[in-house]
Amino acid sequence: MSSHSSSDKQALVKAIEQRILTGPGMASAELRAKSFADHDVPESLAALVDKVAKRSFQVTDADFAAAVAAGFTEDELFELVICAAVGESNRMYQAGLAALAKASA
Amino acid sequence: MRLAILNEGYSFSTRLLFSLIQLFSRQRVPDAARLTFYRPDFYGSHSKALTHEAMRGPSAWSVAERELMAAYVSNVNDCPFCIGAHRATASLAVGDEGMVATALADPDSAPISEGLRVTLRMLGKLTSQGDLSVEDVRAVLHSGVSRQQVEDALAVCYVFNVTNRLADAFGFEIPSPEGFQAGAKYLLRRGYR
Repeated sequence: MSSHSSSDKQALVKAIEQRILTGPGMASAELRAKSFADHDVPESLAALVDKVAKRSFQVTDADFAAAVAAGFTEDELFELVICAAVGESNRMYQAGLAALAKASA
Repeated sequence: MRLAILNEGYSFSTRLLFSLIQLFSRQRVPDAARLTFYRPDFYGSHSKALTHEAMRGPSAWSVAERELMAAYVSNVNDCPFCIGAHRATASLAVGDEGMVATALADPDSAPISEGLRVTLRMLGKLTSQGDLSVEDVRAVLHSGVSRQQVEDALAVCYVFNVTNRLADAFGFEIPSPEGFQAGAKYLLRRGYR
């Protein structure tokens, strides 16, 4: 029963990742993957994505304005911010599960 | 919120729903809830399902303990919207606002179980440093917390690391104390679905 509920949660985490990276979107799948990884993000978007991943309390209106000025639409930014937030949280979650697997081996 | 689509980009039926909720609750629908209604197929629907499962689904952790974990992670991330929302919800669930405030500031001086105390410390380290050592997790397991409870706590930690980032980045409006209180009652009665 309890292991059933945990695998449900891990499956739901995986479903979110797969949906935002490989499902339909306004931003390209390539850009969504880069935002998720917080790696190799185009310069006009890098500040926003890196702040969302690492220090989101520092995000400002100017970060969004810079991305809009570079040609990104609001719907693309909606997706890319979600990808950055989920990506960083996902890495943490996997690191926690890996430490748990080793600790209980 | 920072994107106009998140303020105005909802369908007629969703706007009607927001108006009805506001009419009955006498509170504005919080931005955390609004966000899940924008293109829900992209993120909102999956997010609600996971959040509900992590916070209200089967677990050896009580609802109050999980709400305290949510508030604790939000505090480590310094996210005012989520701190306010989950401090209020944890306080209502525990029935002791002072205990929740103490636990957030310093778990070591709060009257909580040793298992919850070391689990909060573990979630705080994972959130601030992005990693855990085997020893970190062993310390939690040695306190009597089960492997399953560690997994359950990690899921709560994931949900609030995502939500804290979205609250900060999209600029969720901070409700009044009455708004947080109404939200807390709703979350304890209905959960996150």
